[in-house]
Amino acid sequence: MQAFLKTGKSTAGSGDKNQGATTTRRKPPAPWVEKYRPRNVDDVVEQSEVVAVLRKCVEGGDLPNMLLYGPPGTGKTSTILAASRQIFGDMFKDRILELNASDERGINVVRTKIKNFSQLSASSVRPDGKPCPPFKIIILDEADSMTHAAQSALRRTMEKESRSTRFCLICNYVSRIIVPITSRCSKFRFKALGDDKVIDRLKYICAMEGVKIEEDAYKSIVKISGGDLRRAITTLQSCYRLKGPEHIINTADLFEMSGVIPEYYLEDYLEVCRSGNYERLEQFVREIGFSAYSVGQMMEQFVEFVVHHPGLNDPQKAKICDKLGECCFRLQDGGSEYLQIMDLGCCIILALK
Amino acid sequence: MALWVDKYRPRELSKLDYHKDQAENLRNLCKQSDFPHLMFYGPSGAGKKTRIMCLLREMYGSGVERLRSETMTFTTPSNRKVEVMTVSSNYHLEVNPSDAGMYDRTVVIDLIKQVAQTHQIEISGQREFKVIVISEGDELTKDAQHALRRTMEKYVATCRIIISVNSTSRIIPAIRSRCLGIRVAAPNETEIVSILQNTCKREGLALPVELAKRVVDKSERNLRRALLMLEAAKVAKAPFTANQEIPDLDWQVFLRETASQIISEQTPAKLEKIRERLYELLIQGVPPNLIFRGLVEQLVSNCDMSIKAKTLEFATEYEHRMQSGAKHIFHLEAFVAQFMNIYKKFLSELVMTDDF
Repeated sequence: MQAFLKTGKSTAGSGDKNQGATTTRRKPPAPWVEKYRPRNVDDVVEQSEVVAVLRKCVEGGDLPNMLLYGPPGTGKTSTILAASRQIFGDMFKDRILELNASDERGINVVRTKIKNFSQLSASSVRPDGKPCPPFKIIILDEADSMTHAAQSALRRTMEKESRSTRFCLICNYVSRIIVPITSRCSKFRFKALGDDKVIDRLKYICAMEGVKIEEDAYKSIVKISGGDLRRAITTLQSCYRLKGPEHIINTADLFEMSGVIPEYYLEDYLEVCRSGNYERLEQFVREIGFSAYSVGQMMEQFVEFVVHHPGLNDPQKAKICDKLGECCFRLQDGGSEYLQIMDLGCCIILALK
Repeated sequence: MALWVDKYRPRELSKLDYHKDQAENLRNLCKQSDFPHLMFYGPSGAGKKTRIMCLLREMYGSGVERLRSETMTFTTPSNRKVEVMTVSSNYHLEVNPSDAGMYDRTVVIDLIKQVAQTHQIEISGQREFKVIVISEGDELTKDAQHALRRTMEKYVATCRIIISVNSTSRIIPAIRSRCLGIRVAAPNETEIVSILQNTCKREGLALPVELAKRVVDKSERNLRRALLMLEAAKVAKAPFTANQEIPDLDWQVFLRETASQIISEQTPAKLEKIRERLYELLIQGVPPNLIFRGLVEQLVSNCDMSIKAKTLEFATEYEHRMQSGAKHIFHLEAFVAQFMNIYKKFLSELVMTDDF
């Protein structure tokens, strides 16, 4: 606000209005994910190659068209936002157009909104007279959910407006981006975060927020999140909210919170199937239903469990996984939980015979 | 006079009969100024709705219990009018968007926009947001869920969403990760027995333990069903006796008979008879997925292991098709025909092997 007024560009009237708005409405507390988003490129955890390139870019004040890809929660969006904040400073808001999957992004939007924004020319000086890079950035988050038609429509725009606009596409699966786009961008792969990096970050947040947590619990968060820092932080915060500030967070709380099914359920399931007794299987499946565990979640965990299980041979694993895939698909598509998991159980019984 | 289920429903978090730790957690949640979107999941009759209402009361006071019901009309993009019943108070609004069938997307978007764009009238001492309770969230189409995901983020300042679902399997991950999940497991048998006994005590009736146990067995750990059964039993015979008969659910008996008929004879003529019975069930409003599950359970119960596996394999396939298709009867009947085929083949092979 202060910086805004100092520039002297705005009229006093509009300033007053803004001030009035801020006093009557309290700002809702931000989720920790937003609060602890890296502010500059050097804060980004782990991704050293990308950071090195971006640091050079920030110093030079220029940026190539970029394609960032990698698993969720590894810092793709954070990195590009931090970089552009460093490049543009206060003008950050005007120079960025961010579109993600929840915005309408059909071919029409590419033709109108993106094209119009990219055709605006950007000046090379800031309002206060300091120099700044003469381009804008369009960030297309979750670009793999754009249709191919929309992606194709982007091709020409990317080249034609390269003088005043940089594109940054962010996606999970690079294979869903059409080749003409990938060849126009420099690609950066984000790798899943290492366990110790996640733990370091969590420890930092816990210290800042005054969260009481057991030492083992960090490891459980890492296990639940699987290298996804966003999920790790969200889990931590949910747990903190639900249990209250006095409670010391432990492993059991975290598992309960995230809806992850305890390991012994998976072992029991396999054991029941090994016994080959249909009635016991049925009883077990009912029990899962009563305790309200999600069968979808169970199947997801069961894949990991089966693949690494030492007691099964390869043909058995293959058979089980084949069925697992089928059941999982049907379940997602609206099939009944009970029938799907019973079918899987029968298949395992036959495979283990 | 209200049914026992409603009459003795706990109204405050501190008065809940089971999952007390969880109730404590929910109270912690209310104490903070911020509040996430919630998703309650658990089998039916486990007390999801009760907990949601208790939570709302804890947050807003007794004002949430002054309910009114309204019929809202929405216009779909294709200019069709859809009417949906909502139940609301000054602080919350409860809706079952799946009533609108395939137009649930419109309902979700319009309704949330309407609610979320208006601020709470008096902010003093109140929350700044309203709550929208979506029941049967797992019946929402994928389209509606994607729409929900966007609206959830956009209007987070003025509204919070509480979704109640039977299972999270059908909820897309994007929604799951935006909500704080609250697992409501079914009460265990001793908990149900003690609740039944308390209820009877308050009604001034004596309930023999044996009878209570039998009710629990029949209710499949569904507390609502257990209470309804008990009340039905009371209507049948006023002072309870230990070996009193508990009326079965009609459709379950009917389904059981249907299954035994399928086992007894496998001919096209029989198949036609079965079709009539299936129609009968559908007309009475028994949900097709329950029919499917009931049939499979009954049919499989007295078969060989190899047949069980095969039956289930086909059952899953047909059930899946039924969910994506429109005419349920086709798939139910196809499954019955397929089962007859498997069963008959098995019997004839048995005879063959006997001969040699």
